[in-house]
Order: sequence, then structure tokens, then C-alpha cells
Amino acid sequence: MGVGVRAQELRKVYSSPPPMAAGSAGFSFTAVRGPKGKQKTEIVALDGLSLDVRAGEVFGLLGPNGAGKTTTVGILTTRVKPTNGSAWIGEYDVWREQVAAKRLIGVVQQRPNLDFSLTAREILEFHAAYFGIGRVERTRVAAELLERFQLTERADQMVRGFSGGMMQRLSIARAMMHDPKVLFLDEPSAGLDPQTRLLLWDIIREYNRAGKTILLTTHNMEEADALCHRIAIVDHGKLIALGSPADLKASIPGGYLLRLRFTGPADGLAGRLRELAGVSEVNVSGPSVDLYADRGGPLAPAIVTAASAAGAELCDVHISEPSLENLFLHHTGRSLRD
Amino acid sequence: MNWKTFRAMLARDAHVARRNFIPMVLQTMLQPMLFTFVFGQVMTRSGMMASSYKMILLPGIMAVSMVMTGIMGVAMPLIGEFQFTREIEDRLLAPIKIEWLAVEKVVAGMVQSLASGAVVVPAAWLVLGNVELSFANAWMFAVIVMLVALLSAAGGLTLGCSVGQTQVGLLFSLVLAPMIMFGCAYYPWSSLASYPILQKLVLVNPLVYASEGLRGTLVPDVPHISVAVVIAALAAMDVALVLLGLKQFRGKAMS
Repeated sequence: MGVGVRAQELRKVYSSPPPMAAGSAGFSFTAVRGPKGKQKTEIVALDGLSLDVRAGEVFGLLGPNGAGKTTTVGILTTRVKPTNGSAWIGEYDVWREQVAAKRLIGVVQQRPNLDFSLTAREILEFHAAYFGIGRVERTRVAAELLERFQLTERADQMVRGFSGGMMQRLSIARAMMHDPKVLFLDEPSAGLDPQTRLLLWDIIREYNRAGKTILLTTHNMEEADALCHRIAIVDHGKLIALGSPADLKASIPGGYLLRLRFTGPADGLAGRLRELAGVSEVNVSGPSVDLYADRGGPLAPAIVTAASAAGAELCDVHISEPSLENLFLHHTGRSLRD
Repeated sequence: MNWKTFRAMLARDAHVARRNFIPMVLQTMLQPMLFTFVFGQVMTRSGMMASSYKMILLPGIMAVSMVMTGIMGVAMPLIGEFQFTREIEDRLLAPIKIEWLAVEKVVAGMVQSLASGAVVVPAAWLVLGNVELSFANAWMFAVIVMLVALLSAAGGLTLGCSVGQTQVGLLFSLVLAPMIMFGCAYYPWSSLASYPILQKLVLVNPLVYASEGLRGTLVPDVPHISVAVVIAALAAMDVALVLLGLKQFRGKAMS
């Protein structure tokens, strides 16, 4: 039986800086005067976020740095106390029934937090021991996971000298040691080379096929697209859009985004472009025009014709296919990488 | 309460302690031995100090090394694990109430503190030679030793969860150094009689009770604060430091 995750109206206001992993970009800062007249800074990390992650799905939280992804994961994994709102892992209230909730989850933090006083194998075995797994079983599972994550050769070395990628793999192996029903991965592939990233994706898919629920955060659209059944796009602590990658992409007007640049006078150009067949939205800013349409390349000749009719000349075209990046741009007016 | 998890956390700390055995023994032993040698041997043999000073010194050395070992054994790893490496997170996610992790750290610190007492006393006794220790009050002695061990570990928990990595230097110069110097470890409390204000002020220092309590039970002929007062004060400070330490720990563990 899979276990789902639910969050209702989560709000988190930090009065001191948020956890290191949460980054700082994108938070809204409000200066507030405390009771003693001392100035303190309040940071709204989450602003009424609700989520319903179904049992057995791979769910992605997609958003730029500082969107509130890490804080959400922190609350769902008992590490951050929400200012308002509630969260559940399965039937357990995360804040009131912490121990029961912790039994069901495995967590990979954004920053490696391995036990530097232990070797890789000991890290896995002690982790299993914390979860009450017997010696024989934990030795076996640790050996299996070390092999699966290609760490067997370095298994008996202290992790201090490990590369970032190795630490990340070991963190994920550790989170899987007690076979949790829900796996949280905060930016799992940040800093991994492409080969390791593919290995990780395989492992995530395989773990999900075994009926486990996976919640991952990422600002990589390709990753969200490749892995997730459903995606929630968050920005400034709020939910912006929710759905399957295909549905979300289909929700962008037209789907294709053509970013055009013109030279020369462009009076009436926007009007002409709007009239072209298949064009659903035209946004003009100076010489640049963002055009959403239901096709890409085939529209180019018609655009050139419309431009010359308006006395302008098309000098640059960039066509992007329906993507989550475009979706994010459409909803926020900003690129995910900004 | 989940004993399996608690035991596994203790096993982890024991494993790490075994791995760092030699540096740990040096850290525990070296400073008290140097003190014992210089003050107990060099100063008394040269006649600069009376030979009876050895009796005052030995319980004090035991108190200082127990208190410092417990504080350092809990505070230093906690400061590191919470700040830079965040390696404590894995144990915070273990299926047990997080307060038990703090309790586990205190138990581990008590064991270290007791071990340092058990090692330093015979070693100092050998270096000093000729000190007559009384074990007539064995029970009282045992109670005081346990209270001192708890005091040091709970103090370590409180300090370790209150001090940032960048303030470790200040911890030494502003907290630990005055604590040792005004801890009545190298002189009995009664010898502060000519500084009446200071004599009252040092009573907030837990090390005073540790030194005086050990003196009162090991060398009862040396003037000392009454053992009953010492036990009451240590017990009160233990309770206060455990509660404060747990509060600070909770604040560190959750944001």
C-alpha cells in the first residue's frame, strides 16, 4: 500500500534567515518592528501552499531558487515548524505525530549532511540501526545499495574525501536504507555529471515502480519532465500551476513560443501578427515580440510576410517547443534560470 | 521511547570514540597531568608550596578534568554537527523524539566524564605520591561523582546548542577559563575569605561545588563546603542545565 502526502495552507515566516539550503534569492523581506522597538526582518518563505501528493506517484516541485521548495520539504519532513497550516504523511500529522511520520519517510537534503566520523558503509549501517533493522539485514542491504550506487570500491573509506557526486549518491542510498514509503529528494541531481544523473533517474523510476511515493524538488525542467507524473510550479511560496507535464505544457496558449526581433518601424505589426492563423497571444516589448502559437517553423514565412507588410524586417527568431520553461515564463514573466 | 534507536545512537558515539581513542586520551590526560606535575611536584618539592597542597590539588584536578571532559565531549561535536557539516540531521530524522537524541548526547558525555575521572585520579595520585585519600564516604563520593558527570554533560549540551562555530574561541576565553580559575579547583573555597564579594560571586560557578564536593569526600580534613549543600546545589544545577539544554537543542534542531 502506498502512502500519500498532503499539505494544507502551509505558511512559513522566518524571523531569522531561513535554513541554509533554502537559499535567499526570491524571498520577500519585510521589515517589522518588534515589541521592544528593535528592527527585525521577516521572511515569507511559504504563503498558503496546499499540495496533495497521491500514493505511488512521482511528484515534482518546480521553481526558481528561493521559491519555498526546501522549506516545503523541511515542513513535510518534521524539520521546520510551519507558522500556519498542517501537513500529513499518510494518516499521520507531521507535527503532532513526528515519530510515526519519520518512520515512513526517507530524506535527501540539498546539501550533503553525511556523518563525517564514519565510513560510507558505516553510514548506511548505522542509519538502518537507528530504524531498528537487525545486523544481518542491514549488512546485506548496505552492500546491495553500495553496489547499486557504484560505491563498493570506496565503501570502507571515510566520506570526508568523497567527491560531491559520490556524497550525493551515498545520501540517496542512505535515505533508501530503511525502505521508506515516501522518498523526499531536494534537488537530487544538482552537481551531478550527466552519466550519474541518468543512473539516478533510473534508480528513482525503479523505486517508484515498487509502489513508493516520491516527492522531488528541482529547478531543472528536463528532470521534472522526465521523472514526474505531476508537477507543482511554485514561486514566492505560492502554487502557480499544477498538473501532469503534458497537461501543463498544453495549457500554455498555443504551446510553441516564438521569440522574434525586428528592425525598422513596426506600426501595426502586433495586430497583423495576431491575425495569423494559429497565433494565440502576442506580447510586444520594444523591438522584441513573444508570440505563442500552435506551431513553430511553419509559421515563419507568414511572419516574414506580415513584417514586410508593416515595413519591418525580421532579424532574429528563436523557436521553443512546448516546455515547462515556457510555462514558467508565461505565468511569472521570468525565466526559471533568472 | 524507542530503545533500539537510542541504543544505536549510543553505539554510533561509542564507535566514533573508539576510533578517536588516542587523541581523546591525550586531550583528557595531558593538561591535568601537566598541572599535577608543575603544582604538585615542582612547586612543593622546591618548597614554594607546602606539601599538604597536594591534598587540596588532587580533588580539584579530578573536578576540572571531569567537568571539562564532559563539556567538551558534548559541546564540540554538537557545535560541528549542527553548523558546518549538519551531520546530525540523519539522527534527527530517526524514528524517535528528537529530545532523546539530546539525552543520548548527555549520557555519552557522562560516560566520558566518568572515564576521565577514573583515569586522572590514579594517574595524579601516582605523580603526586604520598596523598592520603579517604574512601570512608564511598556512597557520598559516588553520588557526587554522578552529579558532577551529569553537570558537565548537561553543561556541554547547553553550551553546544547556544554557541556558534565562530564563537568557539570566545567560549574558551569568556566561559571556560574564568570557570576553571574561579572554580576552587586549585584552592579551597574557604581561602577566598579575604575577598568576601568574590567568595559569594563564585558560588554561581558549578565547578566550585564539584571541587568542594570531591574535596569533602576524598580529603575530608581539608576545609570544604558541607557535602549536603554541595549535593543540593549540584542537583539543582543539573536539573536547570538539563532543562535549558533541551530547550536550546529544540531551538537548534527545528527552524
